[in-house]
Amino acid sequence: MSKLLDIEKKYIKEDIPDFQSGDIIKVHIKVGEGKTSRTQIFQGTVIRRRGAGINKTFTLRKISYGIGVERTFPLYSPVIEKIELLSKGKVRRAKLYYLRKRTGKKAKVRKKVTIKNMTK
Amino acid sequence: MNVIKAIIGKKLGMTSIYDENGKAIAVTAIEAGPCIITQIKIDRIDGYNAIQIGFGDVKAKKLNKPIKQHFKNKGIKPKKVLMEVRVNNTKDFKVGDIIKTSVFEKGDVVKVTAISKGKGFTGAMKRYGFSGQPASHGAQYHRALGSTGASSYPSRVFKGKKMAGRHGYKKVSALGLEVVEVNEESNVILVKGSVPGTKGRIVLIQDMGKRRGK
Repeated sequence: MSKLLDIEKKYIKEDIPDFQSGDIIKVHIKVGEGKTSRTQIFQGTVIRRRGAGINKTFTLRKISYGIGVERTFPLYSPVIEKIELLSKGKVRRAKLYYLRKRTGKKAKVRKKVTIKNMTK
Repeated sequence: MNVIKAIIGKKLGMTSIYDENGKAIAVTAIEAGPCIITQIKIDRIDGYNAIQIGFGDVKAKKLNKPIKQHFKNKGIKPKKVLMEVRVNNTKDFKVGDIIKTSVFEKGDVVKVTAISKGKGFTGAMKRYGFSGQPASHGAQYHRALGSTGASSYPSRVFKGKKMAGRHGYKKVSALGLEVVEVNEESNVILVKGSVPGTKGRIVLIQDMGKRRGK
């Protein structure tokens, strides 16, 4: 088993912020266009984290021009350049699929109020 | 020297890695070798040309006398697994040669042979892919194998008729798999896709003489 972990270790990134369902994060994605590549940003609420080891993934949901958009990323994909944690959310479950049925203000996750946030 | 592109290993399990384009690929990790050539079979004596290779150490007292003597005659430490690989020309090989993972490189197309996972006693639908009968429209006969032959002639079921029975645990080869990574230090070969058998099963990797990619 440990030899399998050794193979995965090479691809596992250490510098990923600790984020959970309900948090709002910003993902910098490398997009290749022929020979050149540029960075695209996808920002949204984390509605799910799943998997183990190298196969961990997370799903972001955002409302773009009134239409709900979800995108799933492999957590350790080399395509992801950077993940920024923008705010923590206050949620009571791990999978926020209930957001899909909701619209407007109800489709939002309340922000977690921490001492750090309050001083701002 | 011409090296034999075949190695015995142990299936470690599956995982995924990322290629240079950032694409995830499912791979099977095989802990392969080092193997040793234990016997060379030649056409004149054995009726065919082949190389016998051994893998994994074992205590001599675990073996029976004929096999113990086989290793003793060759002056080789007893090996757990012996397998044969057919070759056209045996001149390039000698007993005691060591085969390491480095005989393979990235991009090689290989065939992996192992005993598949046992499925137990299964029906004809799972075992031979029979279609079965309708699930609905009043059918009361769903997964049975159907007719096994005509009536008064031949008045019997032909031998070899595909029926329910033990499925799996048979020697199977997965063909055309690509070698994705070779690690010489940890003796691990990563092969794209799945390989027959459970984790820990002994597998034989053989080159198919083709290359993929650059």
